[in-house]
Amino acid sequence: MAILVVAEHDQASIKGATRAALTAAMQIGGEVHVLVAGHDCAGAATEAAGIAGVAKVLVTDAPIYARALAESLADLVVGLARDYGHVLAGATAVGKNFMPRVAALLDVAQISDVTAVVAPDTFVRPVYAGSALATVKALDAIKVVTVRGAAFDGAVDLAKNGPGAAAIESVPPGPASAASRFVSQALTTSARPELTASRVIVSGGRGMGSGENFQLLDQLADKLGAAVGASRAAVDAGFAPNDYQVGQTGKIVAPELYIAVGISGAIQHLAGMKDSKLIVAINKDPEAPIFGVADYGLVADLFQAVPELTAAL
Amino acid sequence: MKALVAVKRVIDYNVKARVKSDGSGIDLAGVKMSMNPFDEIAVEEAVRLKEAGVVTEVVAVSIGVAACQETLRTAMALGADRGVLIDTAAELESLHVAKLLHALVGREQPQLVFLGKQAIDDDAGQTGQMLAALLRWPQATFASAVSVAGSGVEVTREVDGGLETLALDLPAVVTVDLRLNAPRYATLPNIMKAKKKPLETLAAASLGVDLAPRTQQLNVSEPSARAGGIKVPDVATLLHKLKTEAKVI
Repeated sequence: MAILVVAEHDQASIKGATRAALTAAMQIGGEVHVLVAGHDCAGAATEAAGIAGVAKVLVTDAPIYARALAESLADLVVGLARDYGHVLAGATAVGKNFMPRVAALLDVAQISDVTAVVAPDTFVRPVYAGSALATVKALDAIKVVTVRGAAFDGAVDLAKNGPGAAAIESVPPGPASAASRFVSQALTTSARPELTASRVIVSGGRGMGSGENFQLLDQLADKLGAAVGASRAAVDAGFAPNDYQVGQTGKIVAPELYIAVGISGAIQHLAGMKDSKLIVAINKDPEAPIFGVADYGLVADLFQAVPELTAAL
Repeated sequence: MKALVAVKRVIDYNVKARVKSDGSGIDLAGVKMSMNPFDEIAVEEAVRLKEAGVVTEVVAVSIGVAACQETLRTAMALGADRGVLIDTAAELESLHVAKLLHALVGREQPQLVFLGKQAIDDDAGQTGQMLAALLRWPQATFASAVSVAGSGVEVTREVDGGLETLALDLPAVVTVDLRLNAPRYATLPNIMKAKKKPLETLAAASLGVDLAPRTQQLNVSEPSARAGGIKVPDVATLLHKLKTEAKVI
């Protein structure tokens, strides 16, 4: 049976979380199809067709899919899913929103946030804030799976001189849901890389003391070409916007370098970053749990150490 | 209008989960259990809507063994008017929970159902969306602001890029995120009052839901621990090591 990967995109291009889900799909094995549902989304569909390992791209282009509302997107996916053995999507805010709806309408279980494929029906997923890894076998005929982006490399584009891109097939839209309407959005605008896709992340915690002090991290991040993140404590205190949050209930990241500044290292934060390749911690408390996971720990006043580091780069 | 709030009894937020040595699961013997923190926020939101005169009754529901009555008493101490325990000792998956809640919604006829966006034990994050699907109701997940007006509700959601606001017709399902509100503490008088509030027990079997497993947990293991690192004395040493040893910058 083929595998359907539901793409997340901005109409023009495919998100990294979808490329990770494609890698997971290829590890499961079987023909991989991508669904691009959007509005004026030809750019995203073309990009999907050029990803190595994608056999077919299904495109549904209609205004009702402009915002990836869970109700209409789930109905569309359910209408297609019966032809597939698996339905996959990234475990992002979008994927987490519509995929359980797909599973329930198909009357099947969902396996959330998988970090490894053991067999076509068996997956590893973290539970209890990453304190444990559960290996779970899905018994239903259709496996509905969300994939943790940080756990899989993204599927890459076809080589330019390689074989041709996948066929793009148009699929008619499903029913619209009138009961849910998009009103507005307030997106954090930043010239920096996206948190979940960045090679380097500079992250601040309660120790930053204020939102203004996050400028120290912005300056360091600018020197490193890094994204800026935050602990839940810093976001709850209003120092940083919600989409900065790294942790069990925020974003899960695994950059090459994670610099934790003024973060104590609660288990809920570690759940979101402990798979980073290299962790640096700067904290004035030598007993802070963050030092237990840090490759390089610097016990120092961040208000001196961070500007010094920025200046030295 | 009536609001239904689903609350789950889980390992306490501050307790580190330990994997059983035989790999069969998490050792919960003698471990402190509490209400899932997200569910507390859900209860708080429903109670605030009642205090604002929007909601007339807040019903808390929990599913599981008799000990979940404590969780319901906590919800009632926070302001829920009554509790319903759907009694079962079965190992439940999100789909089962959603189906049981679906059956209860049929009996209770709420206009709003609040749930936490995820439970901190299985971290699945599915139940609210599944319930909305089974009911064919609209859903708003990861809510950070909720405002009920007329026959609809406007919900601001925490999404990957920032915030998004949706307008839903009622009835609707809302799953709540961390920053929706700061739940109150249960005061002693309210804890005493909660003991007198009605708590109904329904046998899960009486709701006609198929609870056959849809997944099989093969093994639970500890993640490999990170090798301990080193402390560096100053910024210069840190920078040197990042450049020459780790070669990441």
